[in-house]
Amino acid sequence: MSNIVHVVAVPRLATTGKVTQARVAVSEWTKLHSLRSTRWSLAVAVILTIGLPLLFATIVGSHWAHMAPRERADRHPLDIALAGVNLSQLAIAVLGVLIITGEYSTGMIRASFTAVPKRLPVLWAKLGVYALVVLVLAVPSVLIAFWGSQKILAQHHILQISLTSPGVLRSVLGGAAYVVVLGMFAMAVGAIVRNTAGGIATFAAIFFVIPPLMNILPASWNNAISPYLPDAAGRDVFSLTHGPHDLAPGPGFALFCGYTALAIAIAAVLLVRRDT
Amino acid sequence: MSIRQLFRTLNGMSSFAVLHGALGCPVYWMNTDGGGLPEANGNVQRSSRPQRGRGRVNALHLVLPEDADSSPRPRRGRRGGASVHGVIEARGLTKDYGEKRAVDGLDFDVRPGVVTGFLGPNGSGKSTTMRLILGLDAPTAGTVTLDGKHYRDFAAPLHEVGALLEARSVHTGRSAYNHLLALAQTHGIGKRRVNELVDLVGLHEVARKRAGQFSLGMGQRLGIATALLGDPATLLLDEPSNGLDPEGIHWIRNLLKSLAAEGRTVFVSSHLMSEMALTADHLIVIGRGRLIADTSVADFVQRASGGLVRVRSPQALRLQELVAGPDVSVESGEPGVLDISGLSAQQVGEIAAAHGIVLHELTPMQASLEEAFMELTREDVEYKAGEVVTEEEGAA
Repeated sequence: MSNIVHVVAVPRLATTGKVTQARVAVSEWTKLHSLRSTRWSLAVAVILTIGLPLLFATIVGSHWAHMAPRERADRHPLDIALAGVNLSQLAIAVLGVLIITGEYSTGMIRASFTAVPKRLPVLWAKLGVYALVVLVLAVPSVLIAFWGSQKILAQHHILQISLTSPGVLRSVLGGAAYVVVLGMFAMAVGAIVRNTAGGIATFAAIFFVIPPLMNILPASWNNAISPYLPDAAGRDVFSLTHGPHDLAPGPGFALFCGYTALAIAIAAVLLVRRDT
Repeated sequence: MSIRQLFRTLNGMSSFAVLHGALGCPVYWMNTDGGGLPEANGNVQRSSRPQRGRGRVNALHLVLPEDADSSPRPRRGRRGGASVHGVIEARGLTKDYGEKRAVDGLDFDVRPGVVTGFLGPNGSGKSTTMRLILGLDAPTAGTVTLDGKHYRDFAAPLHEVGALLEARSVHTGRSAYNHLLALAQTHGIGKRRVNELVDLVGLHEVARKRAGQFSLGMGQRLGIATALLGDPATLLLDEPSNGLDPEGIHWIRNLLKSLAAEGRTVFVSSHLMSEMALTADHLIVIGRGRLIADTSVADFVQRASGGLVRVRSPQALRLQELVAGPDVSVESGEPGVLDISGLSAQQVGEIAAAHGIVLHELTPMQASLEEAFMELTREDVEYKAGEVVTEEEGAA
C-alpha cells in the first residue's frame, strides 16, 4: 500500500496575533519604503526643497549689483528660502495620491483589505505613516534651505533675516507643515477617486487650475472667494506678508486642515461602503 | 466512493491524467491522438459532444494503489475543542452589479476536512462569491458567514482564512518578500514565517525581485504563499492552478489534499472539471450565479451518467432476460452488446456467474466528469462558442 497523497507540509505557526492599529502602521511603513516610486518621489521633494532656494540665492546674489532698486525691493529672503516648497509640493501630492491609487490599480488593495477587513485602520495607517515621513523629511529640508540660502546671500551682504524675527520661524516651519497636510489631502483625494490619473488630475484642478480661474470673476467676488480656497488658505501659513484680503496664518492653516479633514472623512465613508 | 476509486472505472477521462503511482513519481498518460502535451492546466479541447458516457469505447482502466482516503482525518490540535472550525455558510447570497445579477440566491455549506470544488463556467459568479465571502464586496441580499461570523468581524482574519483571488492582488513594484512581510506585519507575524513560506512555494531565488516581473506561475505561487501566511483554518483559492506547469499543478493538488487532511476547510474554484476530479471530494456547481449542484464528486457523475453498465457476451440475449426487472432497462446497440442501467456491474457479474454465462466485457460506463459538467451547465453557460464550433462538434 502506498499513499497517493504526498504530504506537502505547511509549517505551523506557533503564535497567533490580532490586527492592531500599530501593526497596520508597521505594515504600511514596509509598504511605503519598499517601493521605488516612494524613494524617488521623496528624494525629488527633498532635493527641490533644498536645491531651489540655494540656486535662487546664488542667482540673486550674483545679479544684485545690476538690479534696479524697485526690483531689489521686490526680493524677499523668505520667498527665496521657501521657493522649493512650491515645486516639491507637487511631488508630495503625486506620491500621496499614488500610495493609495497604486493599491487599486495593481489589486494590492484586495490583499490589504483581506488582511484588515475593517479597512479604516489601513487608511489611518497610510495617512499617519505618510504624514510622519513627510514631516521628518520636510522640517530639516526647510531649515537647511533657510540657512543655506541665508549663507549664500550673506556672502553678498544682502537680504539677511533672522529666524527669531516675528513670523520667520512660523513661516519656515509652516512650509513643512503645509506639505505634510497637503500630502494627506492628496491621499484622501486618491482614496475617493481610486484612480491614479483621476486622482492627480483632481488634485491639480483644486490646487493649480481653479485658483487662477478666480481672476476672471469680478474683483469683489474674487476677493471674497479666493482666500478661502484650499490652496490660498494653506499658503497663509508660510507667507510672511499677507494681503488685505488674505486670511491670517492661523485661521488660514486651520481652514486648510479643515478641508483636509473633510476630504479624509469622505474618503473614510466611501472606503468602508464601497466594493473593492 | 472516493474519487480515485471512481477513476479505476472512469471512461474517456480527460486525455491528460497525472497519476501518482506506486513508485511515488508522477505517471503521465496521454491519448495517442493527443498530438503532444496538452496545456498545462489540462484544458484539452474535446471534439465530441457529450453523449452521456456512451460514446467512449476505449475505456481507460487505471489501476491505482490503495490510498489513504478512508483513513480517519485528524482534527487540528491547535484549534482544539469540540466545535468545528472553518464552516462557510451561504444563505440566499445575492449580488447585483448594476443591472446584472452576478450571484443569485446561493445556498451552500462548505465543510472542513475535505476539498470542496467550486465549479462553474466562466462568468458564472465564482469569483464574486469568493469576494463576498471575504467581505471585499457587500452582498445585495443574503449572507455568507464563516463559523457564523462575517469575515469583517474577525480580529485576526489571516489566521481564519487564507485567500488566493483570481485577479492578482500584488503591487507590481514590490518584491515578493516585502509583499508577504507587509501582510504578515498586520498580524504581528514575523520574518521567519515569511521566509518559511517563500521556501515552501519555491520562490526563494526570486523573493527579492519585483512581483511585476513574475510569470503567471510565479504569481500564483506568491498568491499561495500569501494564503498560507497566517496558517489559516480555511483556504479560499480561486483558480489556483492557473498558469502553473504540470509539476506545479501536481504540487498544488497535493497541497490542497494535505491541507484538507489536516482538518482545514479547502474551498477551491475552477472552471475545469478534470482538475477538480483529481482534487476535490465534494462539489458545488454554479451557473449564471445560481446553484446547480451541491454533491459529492461520485454522486455528481452517477447522476449525470445514470450508472450504465456495458456487457459483451456471446449469450447476450439470455442475459438480457435474466437481468430484466422493473427498475432495469436494457439497450442493445449491436449484437452481443448490452447497455444495462439500474444494476451495478457487480450485480450483473453475479447474475451472469450464477447462470454460467460467459462475459467478454463488463464495464461500468460513467460519463467523464467533464461531460457530466457540460451536461449540467449547458443551459447556464454565459459565453457560448459560435456556430462553427457546434458544427464541428456535431460532425465528430
